[in-house]
Amino acid sequence: MSSLFLFGATEGGLFDFDATLPLMAVQVVLLTFILNALFFRPVGKVVEEREEYVITSRAEAKERLAQVTRLQADLKDQLKQARQEAQKLINEAEQDSDKLYREALALATTEANASREAARREIDSQRDSALTQLNTDSEKLGALIIERLLAAQ
Amino acid sequence: MGSLPFFLPLAELEVGQHLYWQLGNLRLHGQVFMTSWIVIGALLALVVVGTRKMERDPRGVQNLLEFLWDYIRDLARTQIGEKAYRDWMPFIGTLFLFIFVSNWGGALVPWRLIKLPSGELGAPTADINTTVALALLVSLSYFYAGLSRKGLRYFEYYVHPTPIMLPFKIVEDFTKPLSLSFRLFGNILADELVVAVLVFLVPLILPVPVMFLGLFTSAIQALIFATLAAYYIGEAVEEHH
Repeated sequence: MSSLFLFGATEGGLFDFDATLPLMAVQVVLLTFILNALFFRPVGKVVEEREEYVITSRAEAKERLAQVTRLQADLKDQLKQARQEAQKLINEAEQDSDKLYREALALATTEANASREAARREIDSQRDSALTQLNTDSEKLGALIIERLLAAQ
Repeated sequence: MGSLPFFLPLAELEVGQHLYWQLGNLRLHGQVFMTSWIVIGALLALVVVGTRKMERDPRGVQNLLEFLWDYIRDLARTQIGEKAYRDWMPFIGTLFLFIFVSNWGGALVPWRLIKLPSGELGAPTADINTTVALALLVSLSYFYAGLSRKGLRYFEYYVHPTPIMLPFKIVEDFTKPLSLSFRLFGNILADELVVAVLVFLVPLILPVPVMFLGLFTSAIQALIFATLAAYYIGEAVEEHH
């Protein structure tokens, strides 16, 4: 184990190999095992757990997003349908009210016509009766006049 | 005396001096172990503080640790491939963190203030023993990675496009650890020396840009070492048909 290298003097020198070499190797191997137990393993566990967590959360979020879009489309559909139904209802109601209006109008018109007709007939009959009355009255008067005139002669 | 023949006015500059510890009949570089324990202690403290109470919404040090973890995972995954990177991520990460903290610790902490009887404290990676140890670990791991994943079929890799490649691939097995260790060692030591020399010659202002350059080099070297280690492992476990 003595130094027989370039600068190899009996003692000292840059290339002085001795038991430092194997002991240092043993030390480094021990350090490797210790660091593996204290550093690489635990930190690796934490980092990999986090990576996994990120991946799963990301997948979950993606899934949720997809669900949301699906729900959104669904709701949009429903909204459209509801709108169409409302439109239909409005149309129907409009038509109904229109029909009612027309019916009422027609009814009122016929009623008005009928009452007008009745009034006219009444007026006519009253006129007729008045006329006949007038005629009889005038004839009576005429006759009376003639009687008086004749009587005076 | 094995120190480099630095004579100039660099009397204070100690190169190749070590604080020797005797362990049975083994000799150790004490200053390297001392700083490496500080580095390891700092790393462990950071890790323990940061992982004490981890939550899904990170706060405080947990952010830093997760950033490091992510960075190391990306490094390992791009070099080793989706299939095998998990097994090797701790090793690559430890290499990166250890080298990075060593380099920056060496560059940022004013070790010079602590006097040692011999040698001086500095980045553990500025000692050839450390870098060779790391490089040999990388070699062992890519052999192990290849053999454990593909069994003896691993050796098909040596004759992969054509058998002509065999000698080159065998040479590569030696050049890989050599280049890995010397690149790191050379860069860090050179950086420390340049800063030390500049501080010695012009103690004001001038060393600062070089220190920043040193921080940059230190980070890059840690990244290069870890990336190459991951690449070698990736090459060994790669399935070619």
